[in-house]
Order: sequence, then structure tokens, then C-alpha cells
Amino acid sequence: MPAKPRLAVVKFASCDGCQLSLLSLEDELLRLAGKIEVAYFLEATSRIEPGPYDVVLVEGSITTADDATRIQQLRRAAKYLITIGACATAGGIQALKNWADSEEYLRAVYARPDYIRTLATSTAIADHVAVDFELRGCPINKHQLLEVLRSLLAGCQPRTPTYSVCVECKRRGSVCVMVAHGTPCLGPVTQAGCGAICPAYDRGCYGCFGPSDQPNLVPLTDHLRSIGMTPEQVVNSLRGFSGYAGEFRRESERLVESIGTIATGVGAAAVEPDVADSSGEWGDGQPGGDPK
Amino acid sequence: MAERETKPDPKGKSLPASDDGPGAAGWIAKSDFQSFLDRLVALGYRTIGPTLIQGAIGYDEIRQVDDLPKGWTEHQSAGSYRLVRRDDDAWFGFNLGPHSWKRYLFPPQQTVAKAIKRDDGWQLDDVEDAEPPFAFLGVRACELAAILVQDRVFLNEHHSDPIYRRRRENALLIAVNCTQAAETCFCTSMGTGPRCVVAFDLALTETELGFTVEIGSPRGASVLAGLPIREAAPAECAEAASARQQAEDQISKRLDTTDIRELLLGNLDHPQWDDVAERCLSCTNCTMVCPTCFCHSVEEVSDLDGGQVDRVRQWDSCFNARFSYMNGGLVRGDVRSRYRQWLTHKLAGWIDQFDTSGCVGCGRCITWCPVGIDLTAEVAAIREVPK
Repeated sequence: MPAKPRLAVVKFASCDGCQLSLLSLEDELLRLAGKIEVAYFLEATSRIEPGPYDVVLVEGSITTADDATRIQQLRRAAKYLITIGACATAGGIQALKNWADSEEYLRAVYARPDYIRTLATSTAIADHVAVDFELRGCPINKHQLLEVLRSLLAGCQPRTPTYSVCVECKRRGSVCVMVAHGTPCLGPVTQAGCGAICPAYDRGCYGCFGPSDQPNLVPLTDHLRSIGMTPEQVVNSLRGFSGYAGEFRRESERLVESIGTIATGVGAAAVEPDVADSSGEWGDGQPGGDPK
Repeated sequence: MAERETKPDPKGKSLPASDDGPGAAGWIAKSDFQSFLDRLVALGYRTIGPTLIQGAIGYDEIRQVDDLPKGWTEHQSAGSYRLVRRDDDAWFGFNLGPHSWKRYLFPPQQTVAKAIKRDDGWQLDDVEDAEPPFAFLGVRACELAAILVQDRVFLNEHHSDPIYRRRRENALLIAVNCTQAAETCFCTSMGTGPRCVVAFDLALTETELGFTVEIGSPRGASVLAGLPIREAAPAECAEAASARQQAEDQISKRLDTTDIRELLLGNLDHPQWDDVAERCLSCTNCTMVCPTCFCHSVEEVSDLDGGQVDRVRQWDSCFNARFSYMNGGLVRGDVRSRYRQWLTHKLAGWIDQFDTSGCVGCGRCITWCPVGIDLTAEVAAIREVPK
């Protein structure tokens, strides 16, 4: 890595939230700016420097033929190509279209679908080019982003955990929402990195960071059904921001196959993961009802 | 763990337990208990005790008697915990929640050293642990046993962890005897409870109007000086004894520990390991809530300029695949091998390593397993059809 590496931040199909994590590094941003040259970052500056770049942070998934070409060009201009976020790493929430009829979506959403040129799928960057490092999350965790940049500058491997959200949840001292409240949670099979935010606020994990290392999906989805979720709700909860990622995708497809046709196309109800304990209160009695 | 009481406590402060039989115990009224909490503050202690947290009874700072979970209890079973209203106003009318004292003696995340780059090279410094002394209020018998087990890990003759040692030596242990048992409790099988007999500074037993107080150490006695404590009346001692007996009578779960080391180590290829691997999420919850599990990882975290590196210790778990990463590969690359590692270490390997079982029978791993895996059932299944 040169003394002052050249950085590009580029986007494909995405909401820009992960790029903003870079600008959210308030305490470290100025020091970081002294260490790297921002050569391409439209969210921050309209000044555009041509490649090649030492580090390219890629946000977003590939959903158009043009983008499929652009990512190839970008790969050639990048020494290190790092994907940031669920879209770039797993196809994002827009990968729901992979299980649906894209044409039907177009007709449902756009007044003039003939203006839209899109692929039938939303796919991860790694499905198109070699990726040097993937940073998970929706959005990514800014501390993890800083860790990646710091490691690149220091020339060492970034330390990003691959274990479950439960580890962060317990370190934080949060109470398990599934055991204590009966709230469905994907934490046991989801990769840590967010700091276990949702369970700290009594919500189940939505699986934003995608599958953890060697997750055991089947006993968890069996359990979710045993505490009151319908198979359709289990499938929809797996098909969230990282729903098209490896084990999440395979398990939701296994469930769909095991239960036959399932409504996942246009109009399929979004599922709030806390269906078993809708009261969510414990002020004056038994939260979640009688445990027996 | 029968030999536990004959071993010297690493602090050398375990005294033979007193008895709160007639004439031997003190008594403090609930209406005077705030003065006890105030005394702890005046002595410089940070009091940690049971309180309502996120719909469970966890451990956090206690300043007022109203911080205690008065009138609350819990229903526990494999994979399930529910906070429930009691039909009385008992202050300690529950057993155990997801937290243990481990998080105060062996914190989940701590910077243990710092390296600073100077002109003449790197300088490595310890990090001063500034935590004030803890007073742990409401330590149960199984938790006293768990602290003694962790003492053997962190304070043994070969290695002594300075952070653990400082916190442990400074901590005041105010035990509370259980007066009921959860479905998941099996301390009687492990010889750790329910009665608090060793390692405490003070031990309380709750009665309707107050607490009997047993003194376990000179430090415990000195804390009480000047407080409104009188000798317990025979009727109060009888009420306390009856309440403790109720806890013992309610314990229904059993773990047969007969030759358990040989049983487990002699059945490393038992089909039950495959069976449990089908159910286990390998999520680490059992190890995180276990009051004796001590696995951790140490990482070096540099600042942006590369001028300072913090050495950070965090709780880790044998259920994490990468925890067994060595020299280019995973030693325990599947759930079967990781569950087997945990259970055989906890119940068998620990005996070789620390001369005690690693299990104190608190049942947290049963309750807080999201899918309700019960280690006593796993051992029973292996015992039923040994190879």
C-alpha cells in the first residue's frame, strides 16, 4: 500500500446508507482523510479523479446489464476491491425479485415499465468479479469499516467476527428476547458485527449481517415454528436484507419446497418477527403469557 | 466437588460456615435494610444485585431496596424463561437469571495492556483497572461454587490474572440462600447447594419481615458493625430453615455424576453426539451464560496512526468455529465436535485440569439455550446406552 492510498467509493443498486457510514466516522474522519486520498466519492465530493485506485469500496448489487459491465471495469481499476453492505455482499433486499417475476414487479411499481431496463435478478458483486474482502450488514457497522481501512493501511488482516450475534448480545448483557419473551430472533444464525442492537431494544435479530460461520438453520427454523410462526412467516423472515446469502437462501428454499407454494411475490405480507408475544410488555403480569 | 471445602481458598478467607440455628445468627428487619445498602456505599463498595432488566431478573447496580425485584419470580424450563408476579412481596423469591457474577470479575470485554510506539521502540504497559470494589448482593450457593471454580482458573499457582485477582480480592460476597428452586436447578447433584456453606462474607436467608444473617468472614462481620442487627429469635431461625428446606425439596432435576469422567471420555464416538449436533445451533449462549466458562480471545487493536496498540480481551466460546483455528485449519470444524468438546470439558476434562467439575448445577445453559438442549438429558442418553 502506498504512503497515501487512493480510495474510490462507488455504488450500484443500493440506498447509499453504507457509504454514509464512512462520513459518519466523525471522530476519525479528518485523521482518515490525512491517510488516504479520496479520488472518487460522489457522496462526499463532486471532484472525480480517474483510476486506478488502491482501494475501491463497492456498495450495491448488480441489477442492470450496464452495471454488470461497469463492475468488470472497476475490478480492473482496483488493487483491493471491498464490498460494503448486504446489497453488495448478498444482493440486498432487492434480491427478493430473484424468487419472483421481475416483469410483474415492473408492472406493479412503474407507471411506464417500458422505461425500465433491468436484469431479472439482483446479485452480489462476488457473483461477477473477485472480491478481496466483504463487509456485511444493512447498513455496515462504521467501526468495522474503520477496522478494514486501518488494517489495509497497516497491511494486516481485518478482524471482523464470523460468530453469531448471540456472542455480542451476551457480552452486552442483553436478555435473550427469544428465551425470555418468546420473540422470534435470527441472532443464533446471524453473523455478529452490528453490536447486537435489536435485541438490546427488545426486538429479534433481523439477520442483516447474513449467515454466521457454519450456522445450523434447520433447528432454528423448527423452533421458530414451534413458538408460533407459520412456515410462510419463517420464510419471509429469512428473506430479509441478506435473504439471498448462502445458508439463508438455501433454508428458505428448503422450507418453500417442503410446504409447497408460498406467497413471496408482489403483495406478500412483510413479517414483523415478533409474532409470538405481541403484547411485548411485562409491567403488570406475565410477559408472553403462561410459559407452560 | 466434595473435596472443594478442604482445599484452601485462594484468598485464604473462607471460614467454616456459621449456622443460623438458635442463638447463632443475626437478624435484620427489611425496614432497616436500606441502612445496610447505605453502609456498603459508605464503605466504598459498588453494590451489584438482582434487578429487573428487559423482562428478566439480571444483575446491575443496586442503590435502593426498591431496585430489588420485590414481588417477582420466574418460571424456567429448557429454552424458556418468563418473569412472573409472585403472590407475595418476597425480595429474593426467584433463582437465577441470564447474568452471572462472572461479568464483573471477568468482564466481557477489557483492555488488558497497551503498547505505545516511542522513538526507541515499543513500550508495553498494563492497563490499570479502576473499578471500585464490588459488593455482590444475592449470590446463590451454586454461584459461590462457580466463583470458587473460576478462582482455580484465574488464580491458580501457575497463572494469576491481575484483573480477576484485584476484583475478586476486593469483592464482598453477600450470599442469599435459595428458598425455592427452578425446574432447571440441579445443584444437589453437583454438591454445590442449595445451602450457602462456604466462600461468603455474609449469608442471608429471607423471611417475611427480614433476613437471618450468618457471618462467614471477619470482613463480613466488620461490614455489619453499627447496623441495627439483633440476635435472631428461635421462630425466625425456624422460619428461615423451613424456607431453605423448601428450596431443597423443590429440586427435581438430577445429573448422575457417577464415574462421569470415564463415562464421557469413554464414549467419544457415541451416536448421541450426532443427535445433539442436529439440534445445537452452536450459537454460544450456553457458554456465555455459564458462570464458570472462561474461554476468551485476545486481539491487538491499533489506532489509525499505528502509534498505539490496545490488547483487548473478550469473551469467546468453544462453539465458535474460528476459536479452534490453528495453523491453517479448524480443529473442531463441525457442531458435533464443538458440542462434544464443551460437554466433555465441562464435566470430565475440567476434573483433570482443575480438580473439580466445571458444572455447578445452576441450569443456566438449559434455560438460555434457544432450542432448549438440556445437558443432563444428553448425559443421561449416553449413560443409558453406553458403547
